[in-house]
Amino acid sequence: MQTPAPATPRSSPKVSPLYDPRIRGAAYQLLLLVVVGLLAWTAIDNAADNLRNARIASGFGFLGNTAGFDVNQSLIPFAAASSTYGAAFVVGLINTLMVAAIGIVLATILGFLVGIARLSENWIVARLAEIYIEVIRNIPLLLQLLFWYIAVLSALPSARDSYALPGSVFLNQRGLFLPRPLLAADAWALPLVLALGIAGAVAFRIHAGRVQRRTGRRLPVRRVAALLVLGLPLAVWGLLALLGLAPVTFELPVKGTFNLRGGLQLYPEFVALVLGLVIYTAAFIAEVVRAGIQAVSRGQREAARALGLQSGTTLRLVVIPQAMRVIVPPLTSQYLNLTKNSSLAVAVGYPDLVQIFMGTVLNQTGQAVEVVAITMAVYLTISLVTASVMNLYNRRVALVER
Amino acid sequence: MTIIKAALALGLGLCLFGGAAQAQATLTGVKQKGYLACGSNPALAGFGVPDAQGRWTGLDVDFCRALAAAIFNDPTKVRFIPLSAKDRFTALQSGEVDILSRNSTWSMSRDTTLGLDFPAVNFYDGQGFMVKKKLGVTSAKQLDGASICTQQGTTTELNLADYFRANKLKYEVVAFASADETFKAYDSGRCDAFTTDASGLYSERLRATAPDDNVVLPEIISKEPLAPAVRQGDAQWADIVRWTHYAMLNAEEAGITQANVDQMKSSDNPDVKRILGTEGKYGEAIGLTSDWAYRIVKLVGNYGEVFERNVGQGSPLKIQRGLNALWSKGGLQYGPPIR
Repeated sequence: MQTPAPATPRSSPKVSPLYDPRIRGAAYQLLLLVVVGLLAWTAIDNAADNLRNARIASGFGFLGNTAGFDVNQSLIPFAAASSTYGAAFVVGLINTLMVAAIGIVLATILGFLVGIARLSENWIVARLAEIYIEVIRNIPLLLQLLFWYIAVLSALPSARDSYALPGSVFLNQRGLFLPRPLLAADAWALPLVLALGIAGAVAFRIHAGRVQRRTGRRLPVRRVAALLVLGLPLAVWGLLALLGLAPVTFELPVKGTFNLRGGLQLYPEFVALVLGLVIYTAAFIAEVVRAGIQAVSRGQREAARALGLQSGTTLRLVVIPQAMRVIVPPLTSQYLNLTKNSSLAVAVGYPDLVQIFMGTVLNQTGQAVEVVAITMAVYLTISLVTASVMNLYNRRVALVER
Repeated sequence: MTIIKAALALGLGLCLFGGAAQAQATLTGVKQKGYLACGSNPALAGFGVPDAQGRWTGLDVDFCRALAAAIFNDPTKVRFIPLSAKDRFTALQSGEVDILSRNSTWSMSRDTTLGLDFPAVNFYDGQGFMVKKKLGVTSAKQLDGASICTQQGTTTELNLADYFRANKLKYEVVAFASADETFKAYDSGRCDAFTTDASGLYSERLRATAPDDNVVLPEIISKEPLAPAVRQGDAQWADIVRWTHYAMLNAEEAGITQANVDQMKSSDNPDVKRILGTEGKYGEAIGLTSDWAYRIVKLVGNYGEVFERNVGQGSPLKIQRGLNALWSKGGLQYGPPIR
């Protein structure tokens, strides 16, 4: 119990600024900042000086020079003749982000399934999940990537005797070839309809929630959502087709001299990398999920059962939401690991940031200091952004104590 | 990975130390260490490859041995540091190796922007293609639409892009970090063609599951003067490297071999006397002893011997001398006179 403090001002005018703790604190901070800044400036200045003395080109001007090499997998147009090292950097960055994004989504799905299976009451399922986790977690990722790459390559037929799958899909050592959808000028309607469908599905889900809370009646959310998201665009497409319009045509892969030409190609390097990363990271995520689920007290599960909830519903509505607060922080580090591990792409020839930029560009320009600095900054940025997004999510699922 | 280590060392070194560390004479450093740090190819038969006992062999490897022989009178005082194509220049710049003797092409940009010097060309080469026989391809011009495996960080990668662009052909490049991965991918069928320097094609073909099923196409699409590289700014060291190669050439031209070098020491031929150091003190002017070239020939051999032993008729590669014959026999290897 405190009595109200007397109304005298806390900072007496007699104390000289030299002894004012706040001013002193600020001064020390400022001093530290100056020292660190000075050190950094000296280091950079010295490096530039030494590079000049060693007659090694320096600066970032090289990013504007013509690259002169080709890249086989690029989401943006890239040509040896006209593209710059800067463009090569962007190609590598996009490829890294693509692998990381796809890898994170798939690893999360697989990891959750295996983690839940690990706790299954079915003995065989639980043991299988356990074996998967123990085997995969304990083999170095690089070996696994090489295994998947070589396994994928040697199991498939050569380019000239591809497996032909139904629907003009071909599979060979050069990858999976799919028909490439080409959007016609009047195709804008389809994404619009798709967006409308998704919006409708979300709205219906909210509505269903309200209805359930008010009346206890459950509406068929999933079926309606599927109909809106998939059925609506398909219906519009069919309608357009009936009217004689072709909003989407397909470019089919056809046999060329060496390989199939045209169509959409999924490269074995990409597949091997994604496969390796997903299977490896999922094993860790599975353990994270198991830990999270086991952290939910048994009483919660028993209470749910006592209320008559089925086991699937119990998991979805009672256990997982509570487990998430334990799962999310370590899950974030797994996401970061996956992103950083994607730099092992260099071993299987997938043109990611490290392969293109720290490999080819560094070597063609010889500007090791700049290239390595940029690459480190990029990975740092990707990791910080991923971490902050996950922290936002963590705040949402964290236990709110009242 | 070596590149990260080397780059970090380079970065830290550049940031923390003044110019003094860099400017130290390489020869003094080598003598202090007691050995020569030689950046070598990790596995290219004929140029630089360790055998089952860990003993390195190859033309580039023997060049480093010749240097060690000239400096220490002992060709074994070399430590070979295997470097991939993309790590090699950083390793040299950062001082991890004293010399890069690793079939590296001498090009203007490498000479002028990397802070390096290429003192002498020890192998004249050119880029070629290898394909599987069963494809029925007889010329590189027929490779339209092919997948081509190559090693990244090489001039090969650039020549490839130039060649296909100039001939208006389409191709798909699959680039790998190491020569080993590149060739494995080609061998397992990932690519239709494999491209590197012609000497490399013959060397790698030996590793194929069925070497005879592969054929090297006739086109040579580039000039690849392969040269040892040193850091720029140490003229004495560059001279030692340059004249080590020229001593081997001059020895071959004068008919001095590993076998007859001791008899030759009593020769009256003034050229021979100058090479072997019985007349004049040429070696001392580059910081070595006057019998430096004698040591090279005695302990390693002349250029012709080293060539035939590693890549020529005495090796599985059976590469012809061709451009690498002495100038007097129609080749490009020309050693300026020692006098």
